[in-house]
Amino acid sequence: MIALLMRDLRLATRAGGGFGLGLAFFLIVCTLVPFGVGPEGGTLARIAPGILWVGALLACLLSLDRIFALDWEDGSLDLLATAPLPLEGAVLVKAAAHWITTGLPLVLAAPVFGVLLHLPAAAQPWLLVSLGVGTPALSMLGAFGAAITVGLRRGGLLMSLLVLPLYVPTLIFGAEAVRRGAAGADGATPLVFLSGITLAVLATMPFAAAAALRVNLR
Amino acid sequence: MTRLSVRDLAVARGGRRVAEGIGFDLDAGQALILRGPNGIGKTTLLRTVAGLQPPVQGTVTADPDAIAYAGHADGLKSALTVAENLAFWSQVFGGPGPGAALAALDLGRLSDRPAAMLSAGQKRRLGLARLLVTGRPVWVLDEPTVSLDTASVALFAAVIRAHLGGGGSALMATHIDLALPEARVLDLGPHRAGDGGPTGPGRTRAPAGFDEAFA
Repeated sequence: MIALLMRDLRLATRAGGGFGLGLAFFLIVCTLVPFGVGPEGGTLARIAPGILWVGALLACLLSLDRIFALDWEDGSLDLLATAPLPLEGAVLVKAAAHWITTGLPLVLAAPVFGVLLHLPAAAQPWLLVSLGVGTPALSMLGAFGAAITVGLRRGGLLMSLLVLPLYVPTLIFGAEAVRRGAAGADGATPLVFLSGITLAVLATMPFAAAAALRVNLR
Repeated sequence: MTRLSVRDLAVARGGRRVAEGIGFDLDAGQALILRGPNGIGKTTLLRTVAGLQPPVQGTVTADPDAIAYAGHADGLKSALTVAENLAFWSQVFGGPGPGAALAALDLGRLSDRPAAMLSAGQKRRLGLARLLVTGRPVWVLDEPTVSLDTASVALFAAVIRAHLGGGGSALMATHIDLALPEARVLDLGPHRAGDGGPTGPGRTRAPAGFDEAFA
């Protein structure tokens, strides 16, 4: 499992691996919003939690189809399926690699983008924690979507349509935690719900994704 | 000792039976070559034996951790070097290190080269070298000699012979004569699933269940 994780991380950081694309996309979304909404600080501060979460979600979506599609094309997926490593484990590791290369940089960079959007300082810790808790669920749900659509030509759009509705609970509770933080209230309740969603997703989705992969490999 | 035992096997591709009534045994040190025209189901049979898809009928008896499968695609990452590709599969399968495999398929000089820079034949050789680092006894090979030149085919035949000599087994579909006199040949031609027109058994037989419909 470590070997697979290291390989995926290495592939992501080499030429053509797409590392940092999600981060750049996130940056552009956060820069575009003030142009569209206007530079008025009060408006921006009010919508910042939602914009930051939606931006992170879309940035995450951007690289999802790479999780399995590349391994499918070059035949590695067949070989992984016959390897001693259970397919569920492989799914979990690949989702983890996706989170480390896409989700984690978003979490770490989010406070900077929060400043861009006039997010109140009180909300910054909530933003960091809620993204840190929520983005693993985004990667794992995405791995499920990628497993369902693997092998389809132009499956990326279909995958987005399948995955985005599944992101809704994470988005609701993640953005709510930040919004409460910005209002100076206690955001612990939505944060607990968010953690619950992430844990449930991590517990069930590897099995669902591995089952989908097995059907698609036939 | 029988490593791999196939009994009355029927395989389907896209929900339609392609070959049926297949049976053979493969012991340590034995090789079996599948022959037959395109579309007869050689690849489907090999994927079924490798456990990538379920049989429609019949049984495949083998230790699932004994089989190393090599299909049409080599499973190489073009951004990684030759040695890194092999080292990865060696770690995943817990097999021996890449050194001997590199030497056996004459890839030593290329070991630091990114896989993207290899020719088609060199990629194929790297794909076959992967079999050696899996450390698994039963090789299931689908057209292993595609894009290999004469010298490389001889190299590959020597690798197969060494594998058999070391107590391994090999099941392969190939059109090339590998000069393996000890290998048995199974012609799939007579096993083509009955498709005698619209009333033939191959056409009218409805899938037995949900799983089979997607097999």
